[in-house]
Amino acid sequence: MKISMFHLMPYRDLPDDFERRYRSVWVDPPWGELADAETAGMYYNWTFDELLFAAEAGLDGICVNEHHQNAYGFMPNPNVMGSVLARLTNHLDVAIVQMGATLPSTNPPTRIAEEYAMLDCISGGRLVAGMPIGSAMDVNLCYGITPIEQRERYAEAHDLILKAWRTDQEMFAWNGKYFQLGMVNLWPRPIQQPPPVWLPGAGSSSTWDLAATYDHCYCFLSFYGNAFGKKMMDGFWEFVAQRELDANPHRAGFLQLVVVADTDAQAEKDYYQHIRYFFDKCQHIPVYYFWPPGHQDYKSLVRSTGIQKELKALADNKEWKFKDFVERQVVIGGSPASVRDQLQDAVKKLRVGNLMVLLQIGSMPHELTLKNIDLFAREVMPAIRDLWDDEWENDWWPERLRTRRAKTQEAVPAGGTT
Amino acid sequence: VTAAESRTITVGVDRVASCVKVAGSGPPIVFLHGAGGLRWDAFLDTLAQDHTVFAPEHPGTTPGEPDAIKAIDDLWDLVLYYYELFEALELDSPALVGISFGGMVAAELAATNPERVSRLVLVSPIGLWRDDAPVRNWMITPPEELPGLVFYDPAGPVARELLTLPEDEAERAQAQIQHTWSLACTGKFVWPIPQKGLAKRLHRISAATLIIWGSEDKLVPPIYAEEFAARIPNARVELVAEAAHVPHLEQLGTVSALVRDFLAL
Repeated sequence: MKISMFHLMPYRDLPDDFERRYRSVWVDPPWGELADAETAGMYYNWTFDELLFAAEAGLDGICVNEHHQNAYGFMPNPNVMGSVLARLTNHLDVAIVQMGATLPSTNPPTRIAEEYAMLDCISGGRLVAGMPIGSAMDVNLCYGITPIEQRERYAEAHDLILKAWRTDQEMFAWNGKYFQLGMVNLWPRPIQQPPPVWLPGAGSSSTWDLAATYDHCYCFLSFYGNAFGKKMMDGFWEFVAQRELDANPHRAGFLQLVVVADTDAQAEKDYYQHIRYFFDKCQHIPVYYFWPPGHQDYKSLVRSTGIQKELKALADNKEWKFKDFVERQVVIGGSPASVRDQLQDAVKKLRVGNLMVLLQIGSMPHELTLKNIDLFAREVMPAIRDLWDDEWENDWWPERLRTRRAKTQEAVPAGGTT
Repeated sequence: VTAAESRTITVGVDRVASCVKVAGSGPPIVFLHGAGGLRWDAFLDTLAQDHTVFAPEHPGTTPGEPDAIKAIDDLWDLVLYYYELFEALELDSPALVGISFGGMVAAELAATNPERVSRLVLVSPIGLWRDDAPVRNWMITPPEELPGLVFYDPAGPVARELLTLPEDEAERAQAQIQHTWSLACTGKFVWPIPQKGLAKRLHRISAATLIIWGSEDKLVPPIYAEEFAARIPNARVELVAEAAHVPHLEQLGTVSALVRDFLAL
C-alpha cells in the first residue's frame, strides 16, 4: 500500500473564544480581525517544510488540497504548492498527490489540465491527479457555482481534462453544456498517459459511479475516522462488486488523523489541545452551509437523510476527552505500538490501499509536527506499508514509483525559515 | 380548501412533465408559486371563487419527476417552457399571479412576450438587486432565522401551519426532501444573486400590474416595490401592513380583495 501525508494548512493561532465569537471557520471568518499576512507566510513555509520532511522521512506521497476563504486551510490554488513540492523532491521517489484542484469551479477546466500537466512534467511523472467535485462552501458559497449544476459541470470538466491530456489527441473543439472551447490543444501534456486519477468524495454514489466507469481511485475524505468510514467504504465495496470490478484495495483511498508519541500518556499530553483546536475551531461550520439545496443530487439527497443525522452526532464532540477521540478512532493516537495495531486494523477493515494521514492537526506547532512525522515514519509505517502488496498491484499510483520506496536517510528538517 | 384537479402536462422537445393543479371557473389565472414549491392554500381558494386557477409546479418539483429540471438549462428555457405550457392548456393571454420566485418568473413572461399576459400581479417578487438592500439568500439562511424574515408573526397560525412538519418520520423525511429539492430546482435560476437581467426587461411589460409587498418583509425588503414600479410602465404598489414576505397568507383578506378587485377591472 501507499501512505501519503495530507496537509490542510490551518491558521494555527485562532483566538481561544473563536468558536463563540464567529459563525464559521469557512466562508466568513474576518481576515482583518483574525489573521495577518506575515504569519500566513510563515505557515505556508512551515507547511512546505513539513511536507518535504515527510518526503525525506520516507512517506510515499505528499498531499495538498484546495479551499477558499477558510481559516483551517487556505491553499486556494493547490498547484502553486504542488509546484514547489515537485521541484524540491526530484531526488526522491515520492508522489505529488494533488487532492486537488476543484473541477466545477475552475473555468475553463483546461486550466487544471495544464497545471497538472506542468506538475507531471516538473516532477518527472510523479503526479497523482486528484479531481475533487468540491465542497458546497468552496464551490457554491465562495465561487458562486449554482448547486444543482455542480455535479454536471464536474462530469463535463472531468471528460474534457482527460481528453485534453492525451498525447495522441489533435486539436479539438469542445462544445459542452457548461464549457465551450473552440481550439483545445494543450501545452504541455503530462508524461503519464494519463496520470492516476483520484476522486475525493464524501459518500455520494454519483462519485462512486464515476470512479467505477473510468476506473479511478475513490477516496473517502472525512475527519471523523474509520468507524464512521467503515459504513461508507462497505457501501463502496458493495458497489464495486455490483459493477463486477476486482476488489483491489488500491481502488480506495482514506484519510485518517494520526498522532504518535513515545507513550499513550505522552500522546495525550502532546496532542490533545491541538485535536480540541481542530474540532472546536477548524470544524466550526454551520450545518446549513454544507448542503445548499441542489448540492446533492436527488438520489444522494434521498439516501443521505440518515447520514446527516449520524454526522451531527459525531460533530457533537465538545465534551470528548483524548480517550474519546481515540476510542472512536476519530483520531488514531498513542504510542507507536498502539497506533500500529489500530491503523493496520483500520486499513484492513476498510480495505484501503491508498492511505492518507493527517499528521499536522489544528494548532500543532512546527516542531511537534516534525516529531509526529518522524515517529510515524520510523515506528509506524514499516509495519503497515507492505499490506496488500503481495496480492495486488497499485494501478492508481505513478508507474515509476510503484515499487517499495528504498529506505531513506535520516530526514532533516528542511528550510527552517520561520 | 377546494379540491383542485391535477393534470400532468408534458411539453417541449425534452418532454418535460409537470403537474398543473386546476380549480374554479371563470377567466383564467396562472399562479406561479414561490421557491419552496406549490401548496394549494386559502389564497388560491379565494382566487378560484371567480376564476379558473391553473397552478403549475415548477419543473422538477413534481413528486416523481425530480429530473425534469435537467431539461431546463436557463431562464430562457424556463420562459419558453411556460409559453408552451400555456399552449398545452389552451391559454391565450391569462392573468399571471406570481409569488416571490414565481413573481420573478411571471415578470419575465410578461416582459418577454407582453401579449401573452393580460394582467400581472407580483407579490414580493425577487429579480432585482440593490447593494444597499441585499436580498437574503434563503437557501443558506439558518433555519431558525428564516421564520423571522418571512413572517410578520413567526409564532402566528400562518407560520405554524407552514412550518409544521408531519409527525410520522417517513412522511417528515419525504416532506423535507420535497422542500429541499424544490429550493434546488428554483434556486437553479437565481443562485447566488437573484438578479439575472430582469431590470433591463421590465420596461417591456404592457399588462396592467399590481405589486403587493408586506411592509415588514425582511427577506426581500419593501424598497424593491418601488424598484419594480419605477420600471414597469403601468404599475401600482400596495404595501400591506402587518405582513412580511407572504402577505397573501398573513393578510389573506386584504390581499385577496386587492387582487380580485384588480383582476375584475
